[in-house]
Amino acid sequence: MKEKSNNDVLMGNSVSRKVFVTINTIFLILVTFITILPIIHIISLSFSSTQAAEGGLVGLLPVQFSLKAYTSILGKTSFYRSLVVSIKRVIIGVPFSLLCTILVAYPLSKDKKSFPARKIYVWFFIITMLFNGGIIPTYIIVKSTGIMNKLWALILPSAVSVFNILILMNFFRELPKELEEAALIDGAGHISILTRIFLPLAKPALATLVLFIFVFHWNSWFDGLMYINKIERIPLQTYLQQILTMPDTRFMTADQLQELGNASRRTSNAAQIIISTIPILIIYPFLQKYYTKGLVLGSVKS
Amino acid sequence: MTEQRLKTKKSSLQSSKSHSKFKRQLPLHIMMLIPVILVVIYCYGPMLGILIAFQDYVPSTKGFFYSLINGKWIGFDMFRYIFKMPDFVSILWNTFFIATMKIIAKIIFPLIFALLLNEVRKSWFKKSVQTITFLPYFLSWVILGGILLEIFSPRTGIINTIIGYFGFEPKYFFGDPKIFPYMLVLTDLWKDIGFNTIIILAALTSIDPTLYEAAAIDGAGRLKQTLHITLPGISSIIVLIAILGLGNIMNAGFDQIFVLYGPSVYSTGDIIDTYTYRMGINNGQFSLATAVGLFKSVVSFVMLTVSYWIANKYSDYRIF
Repeated sequence: MKEKSNNDVLMGNSVSRKVFVTINTIFLILVTFITILPIIHIISLSFSSTQAAEGGLVGLLPVQFSLKAYTSILGKTSFYRSLVVSIKRVIIGVPFSLLCTILVAYPLSKDKKSFPARKIYVWFFIITMLFNGGIIPTYIIVKSTGIMNKLWALILPSAVSVFNILILMNFFRELPKELEEAALIDGAGHISILTRIFLPLAKPALATLVLFIFVFHWNSWFDGLMYINKIERIPLQTYLQQILTMPDTRFMTADQLQELGNASRRTSNAAQIIISTIPILIIYPFLQKYYTKGLVLGSVKS
Repeated sequence: MTEQRLKTKKSSLQSSKSHSKFKRQLPLHIMMLIPVILVVIYCYGPMLGILIAFQDYVPSTKGFFYSLINGKWIGFDMFRYIFKMPDFVSILWNTFFIATMKIIAKIIFPLIFALLLNEVRKSWFKKSVQTITFLPYFLSWVILGGILLEIFSPRTGIINTIIGYFGFEPKYFFGDPKIFPYMLVLTDLWKDIGFNTIIILAALTSIDPTLYEAAAIDGAGRLKQTLHITLPGISSIIVLIAILGLGNIMNAGFDQIFVLYGPSVYSTGDIIDTYTYRMGINNGQFSLATAVGLFKSVVSFVMLTVSYWIANKYSDYRIF
């Protein structure tokens, strides 16, 4: 009761307030819709018939509901091949990047006394955040390390992310020091402190990182474009980039060229977009939770 | 007996202290070995590769180092050449123009959006709005590019179909150099509005609620409360976002532009990164592209360092 009256004082309960709330709600709904409408449109397009799509009849609901776009993808080897490459990339790339992050974050979480070289290492990594060689020298280096056209080209150059290391390092540093000291007295080495104390306690941070790295690997397309030039080895996003956004026919295979003239291309493209989005949509609720938490912690620190 | 044993143990501990200290740190060094090697190769290696900006670099089959050592050194000739190119002025201008507009748009609109969202008392509504507007942030520019090119397509896109209903001529939104930069700003805002709104909402929660109560008792309405409490309360975070955006001014958004542009909008849409890619990878002008990239890196480095320094001084912001 008391809370309510307090609220009244705070919010005011006048007519003008009510008008504002109504207009505000409508406005927010409008902005929300504008954000999501393009995605809804693509979903309906993917479920519509080719004729309806070509006739410009599809708005926000599927017209002449049809699963043809999806069944036609079933027969598309190029889509599958790229999907498999992306899945492989995630299965190998996520654990590998996570391992690299842990292996750097743990030593860097030590204080100056127990690890004097810390400062040198920190600068070693920070410099790469501030300065980089640019795409051409990076391309030349990747090429000269002999991993072109291999899955490793998509995993090794981006395996060490300084940003992720900073997240995990800060998390490790906030763990109670007593735990580590107790383990030290019991004669535990660094490996057992890391695996038995730090990692189990860092589960929320590790979950966040797995999501970050997963999204990174799933969404990456530029490295596929740069380092993979065999059509059967490009990851899904690079494949999509070539069929969706590159009208440049120089890089197309006979398959793709034929498809460019095909009337069902639009619905088929829409279906491929939707399928590629599914993994992100599945982890989206978790993503949002962690992002929001992480951001709140990160931005209101001071 | 036990006392003596303890004593000997103690002395042996002391004598081997420095040794054991090193022994204790060794695993830490070993742990970092693989990541350090990767960084040396793939981050510091390319930094060495910058040298080809000062060379007339011709890639040879004998590998990068062979070509580098045997390349013809030309000093700063490539830079002199670049600064005289008419293209360079326009890509530099495009980069600054697009980046600046994006920074401004991505502060103003999320700020308004967050302030309005903050007025909502129904938490389920607030949460749903946030969740939905946050979605595009997690999709790649390829996916979003595919969606955008589809809906804005001049012939079949829904936007032009709607415009057609009202009797207007179809517009080629991503092919018209006059509108292209604004489309970039608009679509970038679309992708990131949820993210930036959450940052600002987070900052809003840090404002002391008693300030509002006091103002309300003094008779201040919501508008006055917003002007005199909310805005000053989050001004520091706004300034922080602006400063950090400034450090990033040389990055006008490679991914986005790359998936959305085409030859017809190079004049207004080409930024340093996309130009570097086209010259270097497509046209094979490695030295020219590296020199352009190096110019960008140096300016970025200075901007980043200065902006972090200001951010640190202004609001205790620290990256590590």
